[in-house]
Amino acid sequence: MATAPKSAASKAKGGKGKAKTKAAPRSRTAKPKANADELLKYYRDMLLIRRFEERAGQMYGMGLIGGFCHLYIGQEAVVVGMQAAIDERDAVVTSYRDHGHMLACGMDPKGVMAELTGRIGGYSKGKGGSMHMFSKEKNFYGGHGIVGAQVPIGTGLAFAAKYKKTGGVSLTYLGDGAVNQGQVNEAFNMAELWDLPVIYVIENNRYGMGTSVARASAAKELYRLGEPYGMPGEQVDGMDVLAVHAAAEKAVKHCRDGNGPYVLEMLTYRYRGHSMSDPAKYRTKEEVSDMRDNHDPIANLSKVIVESGSKTEADLKEMDKEVRAIVVEAAEFAQESPEPDPSELYTDVLVEA
Amino acid sequence: MAELTYREAVAEAIAQEMRRDEDVVFLGEDIGAAGGVFKATVGLFKEFGPERVRDTPISEQAILGAAMGSAMTGLKPIAEIMFSDFLAVCWDIVANEIAKARYMTGGQMSMPLVIRTANGGGSRFGAQHSQSVENWAMMIPGLKVVAPSSPADVKGLLAAAIRDPDPVMFFEQKSLYPIKGFVPDGELVDELGTAKVLRDGGDVTIVALAAMVPRAMKAAEELSAQHGIEATVVDVRSLVPLDTQTILREISKTGRLVTVEENPRLCGWGAEIASIVADEIFWDLDGPIIRITTPHIPLPAADALEDATMPSAERIVREIVEKID
Repeated sequence: MATAPKSAASKAKGGKGKAKTKAAPRSRTAKPKANADELLKYYRDMLLIRRFEERAGQMYGMGLIGGFCHLYIGQEAVVVGMQAAIDERDAVVTSYRDHGHMLACGMDPKGVMAELTGRIGGYSKGKGGSMHMFSKEKNFYGGHGIVGAQVPIGTGLAFAAKYKKTGGVSLTYLGDGAVNQGQVNEAFNMAELWDLPVIYVIENNRYGMGTSVARASAAKELYRLGEPYGMPGEQVDGMDVLAVHAAAEKAVKHCRDGNGPYVLEMLTYRYRGHSMSDPAKYRTKEEVSDMRDNHDPIANLSKVIVESGSKTEADLKEMDKEVRAIVVEAAEFAQESPEPDPSELYTDVLVEA
Repeated sequence: MAELTYREAVAEAIAQEMRRDEDVVFLGEDIGAAGGVFKATVGLFKEFGPERVRDTPISEQAILGAAMGSAMTGLKPIAEIMFSDFLAVCWDIVANEIAKARYMTGGQMSMPLVIRTANGGGSRFGAQHSQSVENWAMMIPGLKVVAPSSPADVKGLLAAAIRDPDPVMFFEQKSLYPIKGFVPDGELVDELGTAKVLRDGGDVTIVALAAMVPRAMKAAEELSAQHGIEATVVDVRSLVPLDTQTILREISKTGRLVTVEENPRLCGWGAEIASIVADEIFWDLDGPIIRITTPHIPLPAADALEDATMPSAERIVREIVEKID
């Protein structure tokens, strides 16, 4: 990445009369040594998202998926590294670029793909679509189509966790485009004021739709956006799953220890356009190829694994085959699952009508 | 039976529900230590403490986001939006998120929360603190909409709203806060989605909501005493669900419908009722439907002007006499 990851200092808070955790160091969190099994899990999880999204893109092109479809290709390390640091107590919420988050939460690829194709076997029975999918069972609270709206909601997830003393943390993902929404500011203030266990994961993929961060945001260092409230922040190489995981572990610990919210800015990149209908003419081909060729999170991790000697390239190819088979199965399910019956129109509007 | 004010009934309902259910939390601006800007929540902070009765920053989107996120994960929050006009500030969370969550999750999640708000005019607060906005909520699928007219209804319907598994928008008419009424002793839980017939008369059916209900009642007495017109008065109480069974039955009995609405004229709830009546009991009508509303203007602040806009008992009498006699 062009920018070196940084860390924002946590300011001492006035008026509350209590000591906060020390400021996060200005250097990047040191990467812990991951064992061979962990590395393989990250690799497989990222690969599943990559292959799933490639397939979704193809199916969109074939007219099997309608509406909007925002692919996560390129950003896989962010969600996989983050999810590896949480457990079943924790809740996750994100925006509309949500397929990767759902797979990383352990949701069934069949149910996700069937929602994209508008079938009854989809997670929301076809009523949600690509941008609005949920799984209460997996603590995944959407899938939200309005830029920034998931941020106060994720703060609410943390409010409930703290009130009920579950020990849970809320992972609230937002994009670089969302940071300039007013409701993000409101949520940051409330979260710090009440010491809520929420990690705001800013996925900075450099473009809010077609407008670059440089052209949209007066504040360029997004990891510092919580600083006025006394919220620690850290900038992370979001193309490196190990760096993400290390930062995630630290942030989760901060929250679980009762120290309030945390900001992580993930420097990442989406290879595809904002949505399937975006040819992405606002950036150069060279920029995209540089990211694909030199910073790809999956290719880079495969090198680490092969160099470590735990697996060969042939082993990884075999894993790719397995992952592709899962995606093929999901795609088949998504085409075979019946379309929702018109009677479904009137269910789930209210619990009691 | 105790005599309570409308504002005391608010606090009584919340206290009743907070005592029986630890999952009920209350969030809003100045609701706790200050007891509410309309003093409708006095005593709650003292009884339940700052963890359960949360004074918030002036951040309506964060308040409703906190309510929604916690409702999805097991709490039953009550959120106060101080003036209903401020719903415009957080309408994204209301209309795009809270109202649609159950549908978009395919029924996986419910949204057991209440948004209470001080609605309506009559207090000289001007255009940004006096609007009657219950119709904004009525037109969004996925919300329940309640607007009580008496202390007993405040207590019973608010308790029912807190226990309801769906999101309920609870519109308290701010000029009614000081009015008194008898409220049954002990636990009180009313039924949402039910209208109430407050007066029986054979000549005309007046359908009214919230602050328009006492005015309609006053007008009905006047019509009887001065003009020999006997009016049935129906208090709608709940816009969603709408008790069409009671409302249509009472209109059919007299053959004449008059709606009394505080809202500006266009797309008021009375227009919806008129449309349902035209659809379902058109041949029971003996004459045109009359809608008495505030004109389609922002609400002015001056006493004389505000009084000239909202339907008054005198205006209700005059319009009914002119158009029905």
